[in-house]
Amino acid sequence: MLMLIAYIALVTFVVGFGWRLWTYWLAPAPLKIPTTPAPVSKSGVAWRLFTEVAFFNSLFKGNKWTWVGGYAFHAALLLVALRHLRYFVPVPEVFSHMQIFGILAGLIMVGALGFLLVRRWYVPRTRHISSLADYGMLLLLLAIGGSGLLMTFCVRPDIVSIKEAMTGWITFQGFKTPEDALFVLHFLLVLLLLAIFPFSKLMHLGGIFFSPTRNQVDNPREERHVNPWAGN
Amino acid sequence: MAGMKPYPAAEKHMTPMGFPPARVENWQEKGVEKMGEMLKKYRSLQVFMDICVKCGSCTDKCHYYIGTGDPNNMPVQRAELMRKVYRRYFTPAGKILPGVVKAEEFDEKVLQEWVTYFHQCSQCRRCSVFCPYGIDTAEVTMAAREIMDSIGVGHKYSTEIIGKVHTLGNNLGIPAPALKSTLQFLEDDILDNTGHEVRLPLDEPGAEVMLVPPSADFFSEPHIQSLIGYAKVFHQAGISFTISSFASEAANFGMFIGSYDHKRKIAKRIADKARELKVKRIVVGECGHAWRVAYSFWNTLNGPFDFLDPRYPAPQHICEFTHDLLQRGALTLDKEANDPYVVTFHDSCNVARASRMGPNPGGQFEIPRELIKASCNRFVEMDEETIREKTFCCGGGGGLLTDELMDLRIKGVLPRVTALKQVMKKDGVNFLALICAICKAQFTKVLPMYKIPMETVGGVHQLVSNAIVLGAKKGIV
Repeated sequence: MLMLIAYIALVTFVVGFGWRLWTYWLAPAPLKIPTTPAPVSKSGVAWRLFTEVAFFNSLFKGNKWTWVGGYAFHAALLLVALRHLRYFVPVPEVFSHMQIFGILAGLIMVGALGFLLVRRWYVPRTRHISSLADYGMLLLLLAIGGSGLLMTFCVRPDIVSIKEAMTGWITFQGFKTPEDALFVLHFLLVLLLLAIFPFSKLMHLGGIFFSPTRNQVDNPREERHVNPWAGN
Repeated sequence: MAGMKPYPAAEKHMTPMGFPPARVENWQEKGVEKMGEMLKKYRSLQVFMDICVKCGSCTDKCHYYIGTGDPNNMPVQRAELMRKVYRRYFTPAGKILPGVVKAEEFDEKVLQEWVTYFHQCSQCRRCSVFCPYGIDTAEVTMAAREIMDSIGVGHKYSTEIIGKVHTLGNNLGIPAPALKSTLQFLEDDILDNTGHEVRLPLDEPGAEVMLVPPSADFFSEPHIQSLIGYAKVFHQAGISFTISSFASEAANFGMFIGSYDHKRKIAKRIADKARELKVKRIVVGECGHAWRVAYSFWNTLNGPFDFLDPRYPAPQHICEFTHDLLQRGALTLDKEANDPYVVTFHDSCNVARASRMGPNPGGQFEIPRELIKASCNRFVEMDEETIREKTFCCGGGGGLLTDELMDLRIKGVLPRVTALKQVMKKDGVNFLALICAICKAQFTKVLPMYKIPMETVGGVHQLVSNAIVLGAKKGIV
């Protein structure tokens, strides 16, 4: 049963994510609309996108506290994801010495999510714009992080059988449901996240690269930009 | 509240534009259908509908939100007015769980919210600076207005004005003979004041440059002072120019209503006239949204402009033009002529965040400032958080410069007034230099409400006009 759910979620994620990106790709950008000042070369645009993705430049300009919470969460998530690699693929020896960073990151991630949740509720402006889905997303991530931390610090699961199951899962060879209940919960929550990903605001992960105000070169006079549907 | 909602367009405005004369019967269905069409035509709209995480970074950045305190003027919430409809009809989550994701039918209540709040956005793009994904509410506003027009729900002001451009060639509806006599009157005026025969030619084929100013430059104060400034610069440089009676308007309200076709048609008459008059360059006057359309869109809409002299950018902003001459030593400026003034500069929103001047990013900030500094001795900046890319809109842009929205305009100018008052008090500023016809019209009208005299408002080329020494030496071409 778990295996079936896991595959449905995985396929939903992969196909759904691809379908959204495909939709963005198909929709043309009829006009040049970079938010200026903007780079005047392609490499400049690559740098602009890199700094947006790596440092959240615009958010930093907009709101320092949200930046702190958002950046801490995303950076920690990256480290946590790296730490999880070893459950899926063989990793170099050096990774085992760096687990401590992943574990620390897990704590930071849950802390940052808590901060973002409190802030969303506490600041009248963000409370006004939030839907149940916005809170739900934070709670889901908190539950994933929380159950993960519990496994790290309180109820150690059987890593060997989990690793076996996960490798089987992502290589499409099937797997036996591991016995640890906490792990199964953790895993189910992640599957839920994967399944709703393409239909939610989490699509900002892929969408940012398609945002015309950020990914266009500022050269409308130098190079003629053609609108594919204008017929000239 | 009065003065916060636009007047609807009537049949006589809508029909000539090719829009339905009144609200169509199955407007809900048609509106949603149009939205679906636009999602496929505009990547910006499709992406912006999907990826907002509601981080809140934009929530306190809009001048209309700061001025009105109305939560629907938070950029994210304005876009949500469209997103909630998008979700309901175009996303699985909105179809299955409308309550959880805040999805709503496109009904009368939502339509009225659209009419109100998509006409409380001046398309100034300030929110897009602070959005981690570059979501630009201007794109959403334009799309919403296009959808509304398609179901016969138009805004009188913009629709009426576009009608005038199509028939008479400018927003004010000035016919060619009236324009001719105005320009002659101005020539006489300059001769009386300076003793120099500075020309303002109309429809003269073979001129080097076609000048396309906003039509307010012909009739309104202080706009007209900048027009005189442009003419003096041409005169002193010895470069011939002409104004075209049918292309006597740089502004392009097609952008305000989000209509690609009208935008293109309005822009096309300028390209056509430039060809017809056989000019080698096109120079655009002090006009903010106009410069965005000219700089960013003309080449796409009606390009290529390969019939123009390739040594100069096409089109060129009047500030770029004057700056270039200044650097080549063609102009002599006497700064002392502006000694009565302590000057500050308001970056116009669409110039700042939707265009460029000169070869480098940010030239749109530096070039006008360099012109000001070359024309006067005392220049100070307003609060850093309110200039350059973070500049506030004047409160009248994007098709809102109309009396029925006066309360909105008075509230919308608040952040700019706050920063201006600071430097007025601290540095004795008494001149607000501008490069936008809408900014000039809006500020002269609403600043007096805040006890700032309307004489404080003027153009960058007004300062140039005061400082330029006519007959100082021969210009160069």
